[in-house]
Parts: sequence; structure tokens; C-alpha cells
Amino acid sequence: MADRRVGRIRDLDARRVNLDGFAVENADLGLVALRSPYDPEPSLRLVDGRVVELDGVAEADFDTIDAFIAAHGLDLSVAEEATAFSDVELARLFVDFAVPRAEVVRLVAGCTPAKLARVLALLRPAELTMAMTKLRARRTPSNQGHVTNRADDPLLLAADAATAAAYGFRELETTVPVLADAPSNAVAVSVGAAVGAAGVLVQCSVEEALELELGLRGFVSYAETVSLYGTEGVFTDGDDTPWSKAFLTSAYASRGIKMRVSSGAGAEVLMGGAERRSMLYLESRCVSLARAIGAQGVQNGGIDGASVAAAVPAGVRELMAENVMVMARNLEACTGNDALMSESDVRRTSRTLPILLAGSDFVCSGFGTIQRYDNMFGPSNWNAEDLDDWLALQRDWGVDGGLKTAPPESLGALRRRAAEAVQAVYRWFGLADLSDESVDAAVDAVGSKDLVGDDALSVLNAARTIRESGLSMVDVVTALAESGFEEEAERVLAMLKARVVGDYLQTAAIFDSSMNVLSLVTDPNDYAGPGTGYEPSEARQAEIDDIRQARSVEDLRAEQASWASSELSVVGPALPGTDPREVLVGVSPATGREIWRTLSGLPVVDVLREILAGIEEEGCVGRVVRINDTLDLGMVGLSAARLAGSGVAVGLQAKGTALIHRRDLPPLANLELYSVAPALERSHYRLLGVNAARHARGATPEPAKNPYTDEAIEARYHTAVVSLVAVERGCCAPLGPDELKVTDESFSTGDN
Amino acid sequence: MNPFRPATTEAASPPSTPEVEKGSLTKAFSGRPLDSLTLDAVRAGEVTTDDLRIHPETLEHQAQVAEQHANPQLAANFRRAAELTALDDADVMRIYEALRPRRSTFEELEEIAAWLDARNAPINAALVREAAEVYRRRGLCR
Repeated sequence: MADRRVGRIRDLDARRVNLDGFAVENADLGLVALRSPYDPEPSLRLVDGRVVELDGVAEADFDTIDAFIAAHGLDLSVAEEATAFSDVELARLFVDFAVPRAEVVRLVAGCTPAKLARVLALLRPAELTMAMTKLRARRTPSNQGHVTNRADDPLLLAADAATAAAYGFRELETTVPVLADAPSNAVAVSVGAAVGAAGVLVQCSVEEALELELGLRGFVSYAETVSLYGTEGVFTDGDDTPWSKAFLTSAYASRGIKMRVSSGAGAEVLMGGAERRSMLYLESRCVSLARAIGAQGVQNGGIDGASVAAAVPAGVRELMAENVMVMARNLEACTGNDALMSESDVRRTSRTLPILLAGSDFVCSGFGTIQRYDNMFGPSNWNAEDLDDWLALQRDWGVDGGLKTAPPESLGALRRRAAEAVQAVYRWFGLADLSDESVDAAVDAVGSKDLVGDDALSVLNAARTIRESGLSMVDVVTALAESGFEEEAERVLAMLKARVVGDYLQTAAIFDSSMNVLSLVTDPNDYAGPGTGYEPSEARQAEIDDIRQARSVEDLRAEQASWASSELSVVGPALPGTDPREVLVGVSPATGREIWRTLSGLPVVDVLREILAGIEEEGCVGRVVRINDTLDLGMVGLSAARLAGSGVAVGLQAKGTALIHRRDLPPLANLELYSVAPALERSHYRLLGVNAARHARGATPEPAKNPYTDEAIEARYHTAVVSLVAVERGCCAPLGPDELKVTDESFSTGDN
Repeated sequence: MNPFRPATTEAASPPSTPEVEKGSLTKAFSGRPLDSLTLDAVRAGEVTTDDLRIHPETLEHQAQVAEQHANPQLAANFRRAAELTALDDADVMRIYEALRPRRSTFEELEEIAAWLDARNAPINAALVREAAEVYRRRGLCR
């Protein structure tokens, strides 16, 4: 077995990070992130105000992408000025907060794709974070979520859309495992979103022509699946050209519908058409084209190709550089963090964190708000399973990642209203008769695995009817209003009216929950260094800070009071004993007054009974006293030992920490100590009683050992410890010790 | 060191007006004022598709806003869109399909351009003509 790897490596091989693929950099395959030796030198030659050479390609040889960018994409009036900047000089403008965003935007408008790629490749991670903070279009960050399920179940889609809206997502994206279901999904998610909050934008990601049709009919309020690629071959394989995409962009605007395009590293590599270029350069072509065709924004940062980018050196940095490139082109940035790019929780967090810290127009271009298995885009980098993690991350760093806590106590009612709204709409049009039992199941479901039955055919049928009957979203407004869902009808109508106003066609537009448009125009990012730019309002900060798991001292006090017991009582002042077999148990000031359970969840009374039983097992006599004038466990134990006939005592803090002390020892010395209170069980306390009695008899027992755990036990209990200590301090007074009586177990109703 | 000169700051606009206040100022494609599009009107069956479509003048206004915010390409998009408001959904879908790779001959694209010109959509006509030229050179015509 000469080639058998050592245990340390075998252990690492089994870690989740090693499920990921890592590629050797290979420019021939396009497996190179920031710069390929085959990337063109930046160049821009003008003759009579016309581009005759772009990044080393002469006009006659322009492919469709070059040709469109040359004709429409560049501000030729600043081209000469921008070209005069070295790459590094431009890169510094991105990071320098004293240079306004508008100045960067003005100069970048004259930069060719190759030039902009080189500039972005110079920015290091912290500089990218700085640049993103300054350059994103909208001042207020936001987030987008996926709402899908394996069954295309409309009741679950509605309940989950309402839930996502309650969590703060301002855009919801659905898609279908079965293409023909798309109209049904679009209606269900739009209705569910309207139940959750006003002003939530909804899209249904499907093939371009069908997506446009859904938009025209009013079933969705924005579009995103308008894909751009960085090489002509892949672009054409995607069944579009820059001109068809430009026309599509205008088609959406002509009906007042917001849209953005999608691109991102790795797509060309996956389709075998990267033409030996770096991912960043190809994406620079996409972003330049996005601006050229008049799209207001771009979803990029890898998207479906994120794990390809993440497989090469500096690939994750490249994903963020793409996002910053979009911002520098003065477009809305929907910054990836959607497709799961790693099996490792550490890597997927690392991929997102700088963007969360900097803030983005949409931090995720698809946080999976549903269970991983229900995500029909494939699992996201963040999923419903991670919602509490995300909320904790926001709170940890004091940043706005777009989400808030959906109150658990009202979520059931919200989900029910959403499911019932869709049930009513589907009944109104005779699309499907969805049962009350199905509503109940959808309300309570974690995901589609918890649904009853399979309505696949009825969903397909409903979708076909919607598509063929000429039904539009105005009809859905009527159905909602006539079925007792007036508020939701108003919200859906408000989204339709927003198309008439058109303010949400502007760059980076979202609605707040009062239907105000927040965009580059109405809410421009004004970051110019510390003390400037976005700060959460007081109310928003409270949403970020007040996660449902947060506990105060008062919460703990109330919880402890609910466990109060009459089995522990004071019988009078404690006096010194004389029996040499007597071992005392000294407890802390709050024990049996305000604190009744230890950190491991044991009733304090039961802990005392175990210790006393251990003492008696060894033929000694136990007695319990409460030390009132100190909360220091060493002093509690020592004070009790000084009262004990044997001179030996167990000291016990109400939270469960315990030791054995002897009257001749200094306060901080002790015979045995249990310091990990949260892991202590009854048997540990029994053993401590036994050992205390053995010490009292002059024996030398084997010391009791703290149970070992490799869990984050401190993270779990430290906040409780702080509160418990505060309560102990409140009970501490310059009074003598009390003699306590523990009711005999046979008379109690204890849970032994 | 950087030849930075004081740049134009982006227009600091006031927060956008809530829809309700804007209602009397904005009209739908049909000409109907936005604030007449109430839930009661919808329930009474008085709201048509054209009442919920954007007016070309509104798109021109949005184009001017986009220009003021350093995005002439977005403005150009809104101006193409303003022309397309006059077309039926089916015609919009048809032209999009025709512009996809290898769907149309050069001549068919020229015909679409002429058709657009005849419907007072010269910017879109120019876009289609430009596409025809490039498609012919790059082998993307049918």
C-alpha cells in the first residue's frame, strides 16, 4: 500500500469542497478568468465620427457584436479622452471615492470592451468592493428571489411567492419544468406576490418569444431571460442576434415592461465557443452590447456558468468584476449569486460576501426562496434553507442585503390567503377546481414533497386555457376583486398602471411597498466616502437587527419564571455543621429564586437531587445552602465548604457550572470543576456528588471530566450566559446564607 | 495625478411622485387619464387593454430622462419603443421572429423595413435595414 495517502489527506479528500471541480487554467478552452494571451489589445480608430477599428478588428471584419457596439455602444465624444488614460489610472478612478460616480460613468462610455476588461482585471477584491459601493446605480440595495416548484403547483407557488415578498424580496422570478405551464405559474406567482406585499415585480423565465407574450398579456411585470453572449457563434446558437435583442428590448419598453439582459462568465466555455478569450473580456463584450441595445440592466456574475468561472484561478474575483463592469456602464446590476457554485458552504459564502458588504441593485439575481429540490433553475447559491443565515449575515455586518424577518406567527395566515386567492381566481375562470385539502397542504408545506396528490394535468390544462382564452391580467384583477381579495386586486392593478407611467423603465427601478419608484433617477447612489451614501433608515435598521432568534435578559427571565417550582424552599438561615460526614451543596444567589433550569435544560432541583444522591451513595450526608453575597462560583463553593462539617462542598451555579471545594483552599483553587454547563447531564452531577463525598472521607477519587463536544457550544450559549449572570448579579446581596430544603422526590411531580 | 475635472453631478431628482398624485398628469395609450383606471372601473368592465398601455409621449418623456442620466442608448431604446406602441402585439412578435438568425432573406428584411417606414416607425426601419446589411455580410440571412 505504498501509494495509500496518509490519514490527514484521506480526511481532507472526504470534505465537501472536494466534490467541486477545479480546472487547470487553459486559454485554448477559454478556461481563463481575467486575461488570456489571446485577448485583443484595446484599440479604437475613428474616421469622420465612424468607428473603423475596434479592439484590433477592422470594420470590414466586424462580427455582429463588434458591429453593433461600434454603431451604437460607445460615446465617441469621450473616446479620445478615455483612451488617454492608462489602465491603472482608470482603475484608480473606480476606487477613489473622491471621484464622483458620474465621472467614471462618463469616461467608461468611451472605453472599448477590451479596455474596460483590462481596467477591471486590475482591481483586487477589496478594491472591487469599494468600486461596487460607489458605482452601483441605485442607492438602496435590494434582492431578487426564485419561486418555483417541481409540480408547478399554483397553490404552493402563491404561498411561496407571498412568503418571499414577506421576506423582503422586491423581484420574484419563476420558471417551469414543463414549458406549457408557464402562464399558470406567472399568474400564481403574481397573485401570491400581491398577497405578500405591494410593488413586487414578477417575471417568468422561459424562451424569449413566450416570455414576451406573457409580458404583453400582463402576467409578468419584468423580463430578464434575454441572453447575450460574448462570441458571435454562441450568440447565434442562442437563436438571436444583437439586432433581434435590440428589437426585443424595445418591444418590452413599448408595453411599459421593465427588462434586463442576462450574460455572465462561463456560458461561452460551456458551449465550446470561447474563441480562446478570457471570461472577463467576453463578458465585457456582453456588457458593452447590453448598453448598446438600450437595456437598462444586466444580470451577470456567472449565472449558469458561475461554477465554470469558480473552477479557474481568480474566477470568483472575475464574477464580481463583471458586476462592477455593469455598474460602470451605468446599468442596473443584478449580481449573480444564484446558481450554486460550490458544494462547500465556505466557498459559496465567500463568493457572495463582498457583494453583500458592498451592496448591489440586486445582491442575488435569484436567491432560491424555496427548498433546493424545488428550484427549477437548479439549486441556488442561497436557498430557503439559508434564509436565517442570510438574515444573520446582514445583522452581523450591519448591512442591508434586502431581506427582513417574515414574522413566524403571521406566516400561516399569509400563506393561506395567497393559496386561497389563487384557488378563487382559478375557480372564477373555471381553470381548475383546487381543493381545500390542497390549500391546507400548500399552506403548511416545506416544499412540494409535502403536497397531496398530483395536479399536473389540471395545471397544464389551466395554463392552456389561460393562453388560449385571451385572458389577461385585467381579468385577474376582476376575479380577485369579485372573490373578496380587493386589496390584492388593487395591488395587481397598481402594477399594471405602473406600465402606463413608465418610471420603472428607468435604470435599476424597483418599487417600495408604497409604490414609490426607487431608481437611478429617483434614488441615485451618492456614495462619496465615509458618512455618505446609503444608510438604512431607523425602521429598516430595526428590521435588520431584530431577528426572531434575538433574546433579551427579560425574555430569559420570563422563560425561567415559567419553570418556577415549589420543590426548593428556604427553611431559615444556614448554620455551620459539625458532622464530619456532612458535605454541603452551595448554590448561587439566583438559584431557586429566578433561575430554575441549567443551560443543559435540567431543572435545578433535579441537579440538586442527583448531587445529594451521589453524596449519600458514599455514606455521607448532604445539605443545601444558598450563598447570597457572591456570584463567583469559587466563592460560592468555598463559602459552602466553610459551613460543611467535613469542610468539603459542591458549588453550583444555577446555570449548571459546578465544582468541588475544600475550606482550606484559596478561592480560585478547587478540587474538581465542570465548566461546560450546556453539556452536563444528570449522571455527571451524580458523579460530582460521589467524588465530593470521597474527598470528604479523605480519599483521592479520579477527577470527573468535562464532557467533550466539537460543536460551537459557546456560540449557542454565550448570550444566555450573559443574561444568566445579569440575573445572578441582580439577586446578589450582602446577606448570610440560606438553608434550603429540596422536596423529597417521591412527593414531587417531577419528570424523572 | 489623475486629470480629474469637476464632473457634472447626476441630477438629484426628488423622490418619485406616488402614482396617485401622478394620475391626472399621465394618460394611457388610449388617451384615458391614469387616475380614471380605478378598481371600480375594472369591475365594471370599463378598462381595456389600451387603457393599460404606455403612451408614446410618455416614452419620449422617459427618453429625455434617460438622456439626462447619461444613458443615450436607453433613450434610443425608448424612442424605438415609442414607435412600436402603434403596432399590434402580433406584429411586434412577427418582426422579432424575423430578426432572429436565418429567419429572413435580405429582401424580406428590406420589406419589413419599408413596412415599418409606412407605419411611421423610421427608427425601427433603420434598425432593420442595418441588420439586413450586417446579416448579409455575416451569413445570417436565410
